[in-house]
Amino acid sequence: MKTLITAALGAALALSATTAFAQQKQSTLDAVKQKGFLQCGSNPGLAGFGLPDAQGNWTGLDVDLCRSIAVAIFNDPTKVKFVPLSAKDRFTALQSGEVDVLIRNGTWTMSRETSLGLEFTGVNYYDGQGFMVRKSLKVASALELGGASVCVQQGTTTELNLADYFRANKLELKPVVFATSDDTFKAYDAGRCDAFTTDASGLYSERLRASKPDDHIVLPEIISKEPLGPAVRKGDDQWLDLVKWVHFAQVTAEELGVTKANVDQMRKSENPDVKRLLGTEGKFGESMGLSNDWAYNIVKHMGNYGESFERNVGAGSPLKIARGLNALWTKGGLQYAPPIR
Amino acid sequence: MTATTDFGGSPIPRGDQPVRFVRADTVAASPPPSSEVGPIAWIRHHLFTGPLNIFLTVVIAALALWLLPGLIRFLFIDAVWSGKDREACIITEARPVVGACWAFVAERAGYFTYGSYPIPQRWRVDTFFVLLGLGVVWLLSMRLPRKDLAALYFFVGLPIISYVLLVGVPALGLPYVETTLWGGILVSIVCSAVGMVVSLPLGILLALGRRSSMPAARLFSVTFIEFVRGVPLITVLFMASVMLPLFVPSYLQPDKLLRALIGIALFASAYMAEVVRAGLQALPKGQYEGAMALGLPYGLMMRLVVLPQALKITIPNIVNTFIGLFKDTTLVVVVGIFDFLKAIEAARIDPRWAAPTVSTTGYVYAAIFYFICCYLMSRYARDVEARLAKADKR
Repeated sequence: MKTLITAALGAALALSATTAFAQQKQSTLDAVKQKGFLQCGSNPGLAGFGLPDAQGNWTGLDVDLCRSIAVAIFNDPTKVKFVPLSAKDRFTALQSGEVDVLIRNGTWTMSRETSLGLEFTGVNYYDGQGFMVRKSLKVASALELGGASVCVQQGTTTELNLADYFRANKLELKPVVFATSDDTFKAYDAGRCDAFTTDASGLYSERLRASKPDDHIVLPEIISKEPLGPAVRKGDDQWLDLVKWVHFAQVTAEELGVTKANVDQMRKSENPDVKRLLGTEGKFGESMGLSNDWAYNIVKHMGNYGESFERNVGAGSPLKIARGLNALWTKGGLQYAPPIR
Repeated sequence: MTATTDFGGSPIPRGDQPVRFVRADTVAASPPPSSEVGPIAWIRHHLFTGPLNIFLTVVIAALALWLLPGLIRFLFIDAVWSGKDREACIITEARPVVGACWAFVAERAGYFTYGSYPIPQRWRVDTFFVLLGLGVVWLLSMRLPRKDLAALYFFVGLPIISYVLLVGVPALGLPYVETTLWGGILVSIVCSAVGMVVSLPLGILLALGRRSSMPAARLFSVTFIEFVRGVPLITVLFMASVMLPLFVPSYLQPDKLLRALIGIALFASAYMAEVVRAGLQALPKGQYEGAMALGLPYGLMMRLVVLPQALKITIPNIVNTFIGLFKDTTLVVVVGIFDFLKAIEAARIDPRWAAPTVSTTGYVYAAIFYFICCYLMSRYARDVEARLAKADKR
């Protein structure tokens, strides 16, 4: 029996060693090119970020970024295979190579980066916990919520953040907890609590579900930091660069005013920044293993960051989330791309 | 009785003239007392026989009166039947009460049925549903002939045809469709159908193995059955979808849906084995002994004598296991597969349809679907049971 176990263990180890070897031998970019499509770990359902529409096509801000990466490599937004991942199996799927990139509203935290063998490439959405209250309550700031009852989902970081915030500001808190996010909001809508708290992006989508959406406002305070961004496996810097710069290219395009509509005209522009972005000058695409018009293709198919934002979560969508922290740095936000040069 | 008696005459017969006391025709039965017939009597006999019955009747009637009007108002009277997006189902000044939002179900019906299956290819799924329906009816209906052909079609032909249809063979002009695009009712049906088709033969083999006198076969069957029954389905699915990729190189990894299907099939087989074993043990020993006395070898004894009887008496239990399996398939959602319930879940959070009653409507739709499927299955099991009871009485 003992020898049998040893043999089985040995076989398993040898197998996993060959797996690791096979993964090391080939870079992710080459593997993706060889497969002919990108495998993107996506959210199984989050309004505005990753959601199938009536025809079953995936849409959302995270989904757009996946498609943009596919465009950068293949010049074709359909060459993506979306692998919906639950919160439990998302990191394993990335580590095991089941997906090439994980764009699944994952929060960039230190422990995830240092101990899970993955690397965040940037932030495509700055989220944070916020509050929603009834207008009739006449509250303009979260600091006036002392003594208010707050509906919150049980056992989440949201609950902990809430307690921390109230304690730090010496406010009296009456939390009313529920097991699921659906129950939590239903209770708030039915008048069980004065305020409702979850991530700000969630507040906007939940508000649409209220029986009278216009009776509720989202307070300006954001009490936690939730930088959401794509993650890749550690150890493949070329791939890390590629995913990182696809996002930066879209932000740069917005900054330079290059849109889906005017990208062909802009290609003739004399602005050196635009020339470098769209590949009419320099060999920036080649240095990443792509064609030089990689960024042109991205904007041509998917638009710039601002367009993608408006289409999926902003004014062009039912969510109508304000740009806020996600505005360009030139407009008071945090979206800042290093220069392409 | 109203038989006439001759008071004037003597009871002793005189001469050879026989006295007739016997009536030639039967007397018509008089109608039962009016208190024993009609709807009122029926109600009294069935609903109000004693204090306990009266109490239960009143409670249930009160419950129905309390629930039904609200339910009917929500599902039909206040319901919204048509519309393009959330505007149809939100609460406005003109429409302060909104019931079920059927417009949402109607708009997403395609997604609920096929998931992301490419629209031009959806006829293939429809064909699959039809072929599956035909197979089920042929196999289960008593009136249709050639059950041997039906079984061959259902357990061998149909799986192959379904694979060709759903996955696609480019050489036959059917483009390849990734299983990641499958979803909705299609996935629920595929999961349960594969579970049922695989688990029945595998379960029979395991049950025979468990009762076999060969130690190796018995040990294997017992270990497998007890191990699988000792682990929740969720764990099996997680093992299949999270652990497997860590040990197997990516090019050897089976497809995500296939992994879940294997997990479900093995899981269902263990339960099926125990159901079949119950049937094998319920047979009188004389059946085995009789078959052996005729000199039948093991295989023939099982095929001709034991299994037909054992399976017949376990049909209600087999169907019961299938009902459980059908509902268990909703668990595939934990490994990111979009079954019917998950498809509803994904659609209901779409902001395009964000309205107060959309979630509830989605879940009601799911409940109706599952209820109809499970009720049909249990109805069938009851019919079989009734038929078997009749056969036993004979």
